[in-house]
Amino acid sequence: MSRPRTLFDKIWDSHVVDTQEDGTCLLYIDRHLVHEVTSPQAFEGLRTAGRPVRRPEATLAVPDHNVPTTDRSQGVDDEESRIQLDALETNCAEFGVPYIPVTDIRQGIVHIIGPEQGMTQPGMTIVCGDSHTSTHGAFGALAFGIGTSEVEHVLATQTLIQRPAKNMRIAVDGALPNGVTAKDMILAIIGKIGTAGGTGHVIEYAGEAVRALSMEGRMTMCNMSIEAGARAGLVAPDETTFAYIEGRPMAPKGGQWEQAVAYWRSLPSDEGAVYDKEVTLRAADIAPQVTWGTSPQDVLPITGSVPDPAAIADTVRRESVERSLEYMGLAAGMPLSEVPVDTVFIGSCTNGRIEDLRAAAVVAKGRKVAEGVQALIVPGSGLVKAQAEEEGLDTIFLEAGFEWREPGCSMCLAMNADKLKPGERSASTSNRNFEGRQGPGGRTHLVSPAMAAAAAINGHLTDVRDLTG
Amino acid sequence: MEKFKTLTAVAAPLPMINVDTDKVIPARFLKTIKRTGLGKHLFDPMRYDDKGAEKPGFVLNKAPYRDARILIAGENFGCGSSREHAPWALLDFGIRCVIAPSFADIFFNNCFKNGILPIVLPQETVDELMEDAGKGGNATFTVDLEAQEIARPDGEKIAFEVDPFRKHCLLNGLDDIGLTLERGGKIDGYEGTQRGGQPWLWSGATPA
Repeated sequence: MSRPRTLFDKIWDSHVVDTQEDGTCLLYIDRHLVHEVTSPQAFEGLRTAGRPVRRPEATLAVPDHNVPTTDRSQGVDDEESRIQLDALETNCAEFGVPYIPVTDIRQGIVHIIGPEQGMTQPGMTIVCGDSHTSTHGAFGALAFGIGTSEVEHVLATQTLIQRPAKNMRIAVDGALPNGVTAKDMILAIIGKIGTAGGTGHVIEYAGEAVRALSMEGRMTMCNMSIEAGARAGLVAPDETTFAYIEGRPMAPKGGQWEQAVAYWRSLPSDEGAVYDKEVTLRAADIAPQVTWGTSPQDVLPITGSVPDPAAIADTVRRESVERSLEYMGLAAGMPLSEVPVDTVFIGSCTNGRIEDLRAAAVVAKGRKVAEGVQALIVPGSGLVKAQAEEEGLDTIFLEAGFEWREPGCSMCLAMNADKLKPGERSASTSNRNFEGRQGPGGRTHLVSPAMAAAAAINGHLTDVRDLTG
Repeated sequence: MEKFKTLTAVAAPLPMINVDTDKVIPARFLKTIKRTGLGKHLFDPMRYDDKGAEKPGFVLNKAPYRDARILIAGENFGCGSSREHAPWALLDFGIRCVIAPSFADIFFNNCFKNGILPIVLPQETVDELMEDAGKGGNATFTVDLEAQEIARPDGEKIAFEVDPFRKHCLLNGLDDIGLTLERGGKIDGYEGTQRGGQPWLWSGATPA
């Protein structure tokens, strides 16, 4: 009987091409997603060395970081953005890489469209020059972000030089209370283990609350694994996973579907598999979360108050919190539900899927965005946008005073025109509240889509349970 | 990639924890199609005011540290975005070595691809080096990769660990892709096996 293995072990073992004496592995990469920001230098490297792309058909490129979310039929005004977007299109044409242009309804955030097209499947290795590649782990695929040198390495060789990560298991036991979502769960986890809590590890999420999640919710959790410092996140594939994939354009077809599902069923961690670290949370203990500082680990339940740095003994940590509060313009002891917001952003690879928009629409329906608040809804892809419009969600949002935008990364990282002005404060469904992340001097509070919609309606951070009962 | 053998230089102290790559270089400077020229934007939000003038209090704006080639920082350095623009910006400024109690995985990996040596040392040791570094222009460090030692300004030697394969690549300035392509036969063999056993991974890969 062989040693019981984790889901991560199984995917890793089945992708090792070669192992060096010192344990460094050459790992095969099944799928490679490409966007405009982290790829130009990689293609340039290939061109200089005269190297082709080894498997263009296992690669898919889409522009997302730079694209405007307003009318784009006339092209892109910003010259630097336009050069980068044009470079992606030209590079894909030159190297034969499949490319979804901005005018295509399938265009969207790279981590939304992979799953949407059925490209993301259990047991695969998937990489992209973007740290939120961890999103795809929701399918039981080993998916992680890489730098541009590694993008070039994968384009040229379809492999990466890697050492295995350690195994970490995080279980959330019991059922989530009403008003508490996958976003609140992952924020609570990051609050518990810290932004370096998963460093060197791949986190497998388990437990009743995780198993009960839709694929959208699982993607939200795996997406923010990087904010817990982990290399990747994983959820074991199950019937929910198979039902999501079946019938999508790039999903296995015919007899291969049965063959694939049979293989996917063999992937979940074996009974008795050993993890290097295990953490357990009780779902019943989790309330809607909101960040107060400039790191995703600076998070509390919405019922809490801004922490007091004076209570922290360690000098470096105290100074770090003091610096955060000064940047955020918050005073110790202030109830979080009284913090006013100027802007609300609903979107991103964390929370830009249909289920997220539905959750926001439930709160927005029949209400109005507070005076002086700008509220943006940026669907994660053209297909998410079309689906939402078919369900009438756009009408609900527009009647409530939200803006209904075109798909892209948008205000998650402010590379396009969507950004906070210095001192402006947002409730945002994105993944990072770093200083300047949503624009220089901008202040970010990370929340779930329902919580973001509630903040838009009330004009301040709000416990969504007060609005939805 | 430029070889890394020994480095003798002033070290800039940056006693902050969780320095994310958005802080190293904000997203608005990523709209480039080149690897070079990013040094002027290194640590932009901490280094310049909103008019673009240097903040005199920031370490890299102080005389001896303008020539720093080593950076000493707090735990979890380089967390957040995978942007390789972060090591590119450090390298373009002149930094070839970063010393911290811990690093985020992707940043750590990206450093080696660009001839930058990230060194992990215990918190107490980093604290001591941070204090040395604070002495400015008279405090030079020597990092010897072959010997895996850092010589402090007072001459005391501190040993550090480094992955043997990465050390070999850094010492010789080796290109990973060239090394991997030499193993092309093994990749061919792997692909042949996968194609037979998991054929669905080989059909319909491209979107319709």
